[in-house]
Amino acid sequence: MLVTERERLREEITALADRHGRQRSALIPILQEIQRGHLQISDYAMQVVADLLDIHPVEVFSVVSFYSFLDEKPKGRFIIRLCRTISCDMAGKAAVARQLENDLGIGFGETTPCGRFTLEWANCIGMCDQGPALLVNDQVHARVTPEKVHEILAACRRVFGIYAQEQKEEHAV
Amino acid sequence: MAENNRKLDDDTSRAPVSQRGHTVARVADTADIGALVSVNIDGQDVKVPMGTTILEAARRIGVRIPTLCWHEDLCIAGVCRVCVVEIEGQRTLQASCAYPITAPLKVKTHTRKVRQARRHIIDLMLSEHYGECYSCARNNNCQLQALAQEYGVDFFRFGHPAAPRHEMDLSSHSVLRDMNKCVLCRRCVRTCIDLQEVGVLEAVGRGDQTRIATFMDKPLKDVICINCGQCINRCPTGALRANDPTDEVWAAIDDPNKHVIIQTAPAPRAAIGECFDLEPGHALTFEMNTALRLCGFDKVFDTNFSADLTIIEEGTELILRLYKALVEQDKSVALPQFTSCSPGWVKYLEHFYPEYIPNVSSAKSPQQMFGAVIKTYYAKLSGIDPKDIVTVALMPCSAKKFECNRPEMCDSGFKDIDYGLTTRELAKMIREAGVDLPRMPKSDFDDPFGTATGSGVIFGATGGVMEAALRTVIEIVTGLKVENVFANADITPVRGFDGVRVVEIKVPQSGPVPAMFKHLVKDWKWLEGATLKVAIAHGTANAKKVMENIKSGGELAQCHFIEFMGCPGGCLGGGGQPIPTSPEIRAARARAIYSEDQAYAVRKSHENPAVLKLYKEFLTDGPCGHLSHKLLHTHYTPRGKYIA
Amino acid sequence: MNEPIVNLATFAAMSPDAGLRAALQKSRADIIGEISASGIKGRGGAGFPVGVKWNLCAATRGTQKYVVCNADEGEPGTFKDRAILRAHANLVFEGMTIGAFAVGAREGILYLRAEYTYLRPELEAVLAKRRAAKFLGENVCGKQGFNFDIRIQLGAGAYVCGEETALIESLEGHRGEPRNRPPFPVDTGFLGRPTVVNNVETLAWVACILQKGGAWFKTTGTDKSTGLKILSISGDCARPGVYEFPFGVTVAKLLETVGAPDAKAVQIGGASGHCLPSSEFGRAIAYEDAATGGSIIVFGQQRDMLEVAANFLEFFVEESCGQCTPCRIGNARLREGVELLSEGRCSMRYLQELCALGETMQAASKCGLGQSSPNAFLSIVKHFKDEIMGRVSVASH
Ligand SMILES: Cc1cc2nc3c(=O)[nH]c(=O)nc-3n(C[C@H](O)[C@H](O)[C@H](O)COP(=O)(O)O)c2cc1C
Ligand code: SF4
Ligand code: FES
Repeated sequence: MLVTERERLREEITALADRHGRQRSALIPILQEIQRGHLQISDYAMQVVADLLDIHPVEVFSVVSFYSFLDEKPKGRFIIRLCRTISCDMAGKAAVARQLENDLGIGFGETTPCGRFTLEWANCIGMCDQGPALLVNDQVHARVTPEKVHEILAACRRVFGIYAQEQKEEHAV
Repeated sequence: MAENNRKLDDDTSRAPVSQRGHTVARVADTADIGALVSVNIDGQDVKVPMGTTILEAARRIGVRIPTLCWHEDLCIAGVCRVCVVEIEGQRTLQASCAYPITAPLKVKTHTRKVRQARRHIIDLMLSEHYGECYSCARNNNCQLQALAQEYGVDFFRFGHPAAPRHEMDLSSHSVLRDMNKCVLCRRCVRTCIDLQEVGVLEAVGRGDQTRIATFMDKPLKDVICINCGQCINRCPTGALRANDPTDEVWAAIDDPNKHVIIQTAPAPRAAIGECFDLEPGHALTFEMNTALRLCGFDKVFDTNFSADLTIIEEGTELILRLYKALVEQDKSVALPQFTSCSPGWVKYLEHFYPEYIPNVSSAKSPQQMFGAVIKTYYAKLSGIDPKDIVTVALMPCSAKKFECNRPEMCDSGFKDIDYGLTTRELAKMIREAGVDLPRMPKSDFDDPFGTATGSGVIFGATGGVMEAALRTVIEIVTGLKVENVFANADITPVRGFDGVRVVEIKVPQSGPVPAMFKHLVKDWKWLEGATLKVAIAHGTANAKKVMENIKSGGELAQCHFIEFMGCPGGCLGGGGQPIPTSPEIRAARARAIYSEDQAYAVRKSHENPAVLKLYKEFLTDGPCGHLSHKLLHTHYTPRGKYIA
Repeated sequence: MNEPIVNLATFAAMSPDAGLRAALQKSRADIIGEISASGIKGRGGAGFPVGVKWNLCAATRGTQKYVVCNADEGEPGTFKDRAILRAHANLVFEGMTIGAFAVGAREGILYLRAEYTYLRPELEAVLAKRRAAKFLGENVCGKQGFNFDIRIQLGAGAYVCGEETALIESLEGHRGEPRNRPPFPVDTGFLGRPTVVNNVETLAWVACILQKGGAWFKTTGTDKSTGLKILSISGDCARPGVYEFPFGVTVAKLLETVGAPDAKAVQIGGASGHCLPSSEFGRAIAYEDAATGGSIIVFGQQRDMLEVAANFLEFFVEESCGQCTPCRIGNARLREGVELLSEGRCSMRYLQELCALGETMQAASKCGLGQSSPNAFLSIVKHFKDEIMGRVSVASH
């Protein structure tokens, strides 16, 4: 990381810490904002947070590694979390999972090389009556079918404004 | 005296609320605080203060409850669940180590349900524990092994891993980690974060992926580990161990061309008996000398010699700093001066308070001074080529292994010290040589450094360096005998186990300047009537308190000299000492050390004849002179906290 | 596509903030008395009497206390709290405000699971409205000296944070690892201060009780389980959704309502609950019989019960906080056992060994997660022996 980039990150995190307060109970809200803004909580970011809250970097790492919505490794711009718990499972999550893998060209737990999509399993997301369900970042999609997978992904891609790019993500299988 | 390290319900504690002790009772009515409450344990009635845990209450009446994650020095975790007991009227079992008694209870400690649960828990741990007892550093000194035996484990009920799941971290000079043997009791975590406040280890991940890790899983050598080894002393299994150079030491002994010298520090001799089933508190100094010769060491020297040397050098440095500050009014002089003999403390400072490096005495630690003297003075004296000399240091310490490998520690052109051995490792060598240590006849140290003083010995306990320094400073400055100032020359105010101790001593008069210091100061008049303010801290959590106080310009910033020891209790509680450790064990070792001190004819460093001889024959430009600066002093590295 | 079924008729019939206004006219003791009189027990799963909990907290000294609404709803098969927060957030906040007044708290926290982040904007909007209408803030509803506000904190993706002490750890910025108890949150909770933690639904009912009276609440339900219960029903049925039923309703009646005439088994209480075979469909939903925090999952005839057990155990292996031995390793061993069973390689002896292990986990785990994680496995083994033992190999272990 370039020095200036680091400085910018430090400034940003300092502002977060000032807003949330520099006490331990502010840790998770601060981390959530970093995660949201940077799609990861980097090695350096963790140390800055630790420094500002006067805790040890390893404690921050420990917390980050505990929660599934926090990650020290970079994630995609869109994180797709497909519920694999029993009701969604019985409602046909396997076919949806397969289609997601096919359309994105990656497996679960992976991020597309372009950094746009991360595919993950989720445990029960509270949409059991309308399974299979998945989350795209914060947005929930219910009663997903393999066919609808394409629409969901297309809507995400629209954010990038380039349809043609789709090809690159496909056909790993 | 109670040790002040345990942090029970202490607001400054970093431990999560859930992990703190429960000695403070929470009762409905203040009148009840401190009241007694009665419990019935296995049919026996006992009254205990409100808030006492079931485990403590059981111990009081001699009922044994097995534990694993519990440790006397640490805050409570309640995670291993080995100590579960049945409480009448409760559906689930309760961890006795974590259950404070606040109302009358009826407890059963070994019902069928309890025994089955304990057995299952041990079986579960074994189902994840990869490694064979007979090839383990902790064979015969392992709490998991002992539990398996106690509960009659005769097969692996839930299987046993066939292959390791984690790579070992062998990167550190001092502490090695094999997470395949880890049972996740988190004693190391609590030691590192809460007891020592260094913060290298934490639980990482969740569920069955939980593991103990460093920041971003970096090798130990790349993080802020200070090598104190306190985690090793509290690990119940072989997951943490010291980097053991005994093979190399044996190889040197076996090599006829090598002259192998061992120096022995004061703390190991007060503890090594524990490795041979003696009660804590038996010093085996002279038995050990015999044993070492039987092992094949060519010379056995006493680190106390260089401890005395350290006092002279470090004391002189202090006097010079004071002179500059008080007489020359030089504002750039860094005061208080910090001791430098604890390598754990030194690395802690390099990481966390690098801006205070100028305050650390530039004098090397006794271990390193001795190495430098051996490979120069002794080599010349004995006519042995220093390249054929192998210096081994027996230390109570794992950080000493790192210290002897510091690249700057080779001012003689050779590594000052080639290998650092811990007490545990030496015990292993002695056993391997077929020597029954406690039964050995006594024998003395070798010349020319043989004669030691009591001041050197007490280096092994917290406050010891300070006491030794004061004995010397008082005498040379005032011209009085310490015995006339402190009864029996015991400077008791600096002793004890309180985490931070502050002592003020008034200089009542000034005496003549002894010959050895004549070239440095003209007289002591400028110290007449002054009050020397000194402080002592042991364990880095206490060191941190002191440093924060100094940083904020608090009372301790006014000190002149501060002794810091990285380990709780000082060297006698070092990371290389026999396992287990507890406040009682450390107190017993301290008693052994102070009674050794009493036994010495010479008890003051500046009266050590071997030291005086060294200045006369070798370090002829005196303490803090040119040669001593070259050989006996060093510099430090500002490392900082950032983990690259 | 059909709209999801959400039946929250009783909540819908309440007049806004009538309960809070009524409460503010009463003394604290009377509020708690009313709650106790209703006999309401916690709706989050553990079923602790709300009156008792509030009383304990109210009795503690100290000026700084907290009311926490547990909206971490993570139990597989539960989604009623989401439905309540969507449709009746006001009622929940009203309940929190009543609780704060009763125990003497000044700050409320809604701990919302990360998976429900999309609810946050609407909830913040509700809070803003309540602040504007003086239902929050200084001198709530004109009650001099009663200052109370609520903030929302998001979870970060951990089921165990639904456990109240883990939730508090998480609020404090730690890993969501359950604490040793005692001390309980009512006396040593958030930041070491007295804290009441209640489920979303519990708090909504509290508001209803203060409006309609404890006696009204008791008219439905059973002696030991008073009132109505909101259930989330999913799985193999025609009409999954959120339903309101009086406690004491039989499983058969539920199945009839949701359209599952031919169910093979029903999971009561989510992954940590018990699995009932059709022979037990006569049992009643109640704390004293088939207890549930709200999750009902229906299994049709075609389902392989071992796969169900495997799915649940996988969930626990991942969602265990990993702190205590029985839960961290026990769940992993049970999951491997299910694998053995499905491969037909598990001896009878080992199966018994695993069942005994399950009992140890129930007894010796540190928190409710480990204590209940073997439930599903044990009940499936108990009730579906024929199905799973058909695959048991005869080779001895
Ligand atoms: C593993 C575990 C998960 C839990 N999850 C929730 C949850 O998601 N929501 C909830 O309200 N209670 C949950 N609970 C119960 C809480 O610990 C606590 O009892 C409850 O929030 C108290 O509120 P109540 O008395 O109103 O039910 C959970 C308990 C355990 C052991
Ligand atoms: S039972 Fe499970 S979730 Fe609860 S403390 Fe133990 S490991 Fe953590
Ligand atoms: S010793 Fe009590 S739980 Fe580990």
